[in-house]
Amino acid sequence: MIKRKLVIIGGGSAGMAAAIKAYELGEKDILIIEKNAYLGGILNQCIHNGFGLHEFKEELTGPEFMSRFSDKVKELGIDYRLESNVLSISGNKVVTYTNKEEGLVEVQAEAVILTAGCYERNAGAIQIPGDRPSGVYTAGQAQLYVNCYGYLVGKRVFILGSGDIGLIMARRMTLEGAKVLGVAELMPYSAGLNRNIVQCLKDYDIPLYLSHTVKQVIGDSHLEKVVIAKVDEKMQFIPGTEMEFDCDCLLLSVGLLPNVDLFNKLPLHFSKTRGAKVTQAMESEIPGIFSAGNVLHVHDLVDYVVEEAREAAEGAVAYLRGELKREGHVYDVNPGVGINYVVPQKLYIDDVKESCSFKFRVTKPMKDINIVISEGENVIKKIFKPAIVPSEMEIVRLKKELFKKEGSEIKVFVEERK
Amino acid sequence: MFDVIVVGAGIVGSLIARKLSSYQLSVAVIEKEPDVGNVVTMANSAIVHSGYDPVPGTLKAKLNVLGNKMMDKVCEELDVEMERIGSLTVALYDSQLPLLEELAKRSKENGVEVKILSAEETLKLEPHINENVKGSLLAPSAGIINPFTFAVHAMENAVDNGVKLFLSEKVVSIKKEGEVFSIITESGNFYQSKVIINAAGIYSDEIHKMVEPIDYTLTPRKGEYFILDHYSDDLVKHTIFPLPSEKGKGILVTPSIGGTYLIGPSAEAMPSKDDVSTDKPTLDEIRRQALDMVPSIPFNQVIRTFAGSRPTPSTHDFIIGFAKKDNHFINLSGIESPGLVSSPAIAEYVVNEYLSKIINLKANPSYNPYVKKRPAFSKMSVKERQEFIKKNPDYGQIICNCEKVSLGEILFEMNTSVPPKTIKAIKKRTRAGFGKCQGGFCQPLVLKLISEKFGIPLNKVLFQKEGSFVVPYKLEGGKK
Repeated sequence: MIKRKLVIIGGGSAGMAAAIKAYELGEKDILIIEKNAYLGGILNQCIHNGFGLHEFKEELTGPEFMSRFSDKVKELGIDYRLESNVLSISGNKVVTYTNKEEGLVEVQAEAVILTAGCYERNAGAIQIPGDRPSGVYTAGQAQLYVNCYGYLVGKRVFILGSGDIGLIMARRMTLEGAKVLGVAELMPYSAGLNRNIVQCLKDYDIPLYLSHTVKQVIGDSHLEKVVIAKVDEKMQFIPGTEMEFDCDCLLLSVGLLPNVDLFNKLPLHFSKTRGAKVTQAMESEIPGIFSAGNVLHVHDLVDYVVEEAREAAEGAVAYLRGELKREGHVYDVNPGVGINYVVPQKLYIDDVKESCSFKFRVTKPMKDINIVISEGENVIKKIFKPAIVPSEMEIVRLKKELFKKEGSEIKVFVEERK
Repeated sequence: MFDVIVVGAGIVGSLIARKLSSYQLSVAVIEKEPDVGNVVTMANSAIVHSGYDPVPGTLKAKLNVLGNKMMDKVCEELDVEMERIGSLTVALYDSQLPLLEELAKRSKENGVEVKILSAEETLKLEPHINENVKGSLLAPSAGIINPFTFAVHAMENAVDNGVKLFLSEKVVSIKKEGEVFSIITESGNFYQSKVIINAAGIYSDEIHKMVEPIDYTLTPRKGEYFILDHYSDDLVKHTIFPLPSEKGKGILVTPSIGGTYLIGPSAEAMPSKDDVSTDKPTLDEIRRQALDMVPSIPFNQVIRTFAGSRPTPSTHDFIIGFAKKDNHFINLSGIESPGLVSSPAIAEYVVNEYLSKIINLKANPSYNPYVKKRPAFSKMSVKERQEFIKKNPDYGQIICNCEKVSLGEILFEMNTSVPPKTIKAIKKRTRAGFGKCQGGFCQPLVLKLISEKFGIPLNKVLFQKEGSFVVPYKLEGGKK
């Protein structure tokens, strides 16, 4: 069996960033396994700009952003396989993958980082009511067809869900000559970044229907109509609020889910994000198996994906050197009032070098509140937020000295300001 | 001029076509859909019913039990996945216990082996069933099957043995002059035969009406379902039924042959045969009833909802026989559940009881009942796979990640005598697109493969039905 120190599953931005970081830290025996015929993952089809403001302090397109990483991977001579699919990861870190040239290969890894990204929630997952004709696509699928295949999936478009890909596609389809009739969002607020609402909808006079969703998809063979209706606080349709749109295309931008299939057969637990539960080092409950990026929790900016992947790489390198001890004081990290989830779920404070980060999202848009991070009665950090929304992930980095090692639980919660 | 034309390439039409191919006959199958098994066969519970439920003495009872017994052989010959996992019909209330006894009695009359289990025995077999269960009826011969490959492989075997298949041909009229039937299709084509076998499923009444007035009605009865993803593996091991009612067998919870779980169906009489839409109130009711039987169903793992329609006849039994005015028109109508499991028996019955009475049948000496065997790739050991991929590198490249379907498996299907030319046709044969991402990742790859293999421009490749284009508009781009 082939042996590798570090196997990275997924050669998108997270996988490449993790590989480069591990290499720079001195671990050079790395293998990246990528299913597509190219590195870079989903960024290859994201030809719009807005990537890299944090990472490179400039606005790049997706392909530009990812090629800075793939160039580096190639320059460093990091080993990778393309059109190669991982079939399984065993608890003792045997990674089995397959491709045309090598056939079925088993690799005994010392450490594994899963950076397999996410997939789009689709018509099946959201149990969209009505017919099941062609003409209903996830926004990402439509994006691939227009940007990489050169085909437009429709000329009269309705979009369900105000996730960022849906908003980007509203603009993209408009620029290619389609008429975007509207965007419906189930929640009373948008799921996308504010800048995308402005630049992709408002600039093109595309209406956004908040608290609305699709009540019926109509079309025998190809999509003919969608009926949307308003919902109340309990997400029930309000009779009489129906609106009918004649369209040949319905795009769904109704959320992304971590692609954790490879973890399903392992004795792991999953957090509310559907990603594996991890420590501050992005290490799962199985020592030496890490995950980072959208496979852990869905990020809104690739810049943050890259940052998290580097943390996972640091963790993996520390693990390989016997420096991740999982000893001493340990905290459970839990979301409290007003917080949807927090990553990580466990903090081994003695394994932290200088500081550790907490990433979280609030449950709903709020104004004029404090975010509190506490250890029992002890408030470690309190941050004032004049406005906060679920579509923007928050990151708080805390110095090791701030932790008193007294309680067993770190809680992140929202506090009303008096 | 054909000896026999079969109208309809669903499960029944496909198995009849295959049976006919074992004789020296010229046979054609005419189907309105662009693929085999695209309507009733595509959306059902995929159950090999044991036959405890149909009223004794009916055709349904007879052909169900017979079909069930034929399944092992026919699935072996046609390389179809089938597993006799057994079914449990559960009584949740004391008041239902006499009904279990009644069903056991009915089973005995139908010749089906069953056993009544106590509450403890039931829970021991299926720990996730409602703990208040009072007892159950175990039918070990019940099973689950891949209904898609069952129909496709049967038709493939028929075509391999000489049957001509005409897809995307909708029959609009049937005329008879002398001894000859003339069938005209919507596209203006013209087919002639001595015998017509009507296996048009939910549209069989309409085909029958082209020949004579009919004295029964078919009511489309819609059934909606949920599909749950693989990872809830320990949910149930048997097909779990509630006690049947006049509306049907009720909401079942069952593993599917592909490793997912199927929950449904509802049973709603519909005004339109084409309405296979889903709706929230019905799905909510299915959810409620299913949770009543199996309270721990993880409904957050639903990957798809769908609906199918069954042709429920006013006669409450399968309708099989000659047309009243013409014994060269053999009519099959109202083949609702358990039509799937009955289909091999129906094919024999049609030939033995009807066709043999009007045509002198001679065995086809070159008939081969076996379909080209698919490599059992997913069941191979690591070593076997390594060897296999070395010889067949296409099996090393995965196209569908969720269901781990390789390029080799897709290309194999494309090279058969009933090749898949739509996205759905590939899905039915290989499971590519069946998983949690519902084709989000593999559909673009499959689209390209179909286009390249069959020389169909990308914007003309169909999703499922006629007119269901996946990428309708080619962008002209900035011409220099």
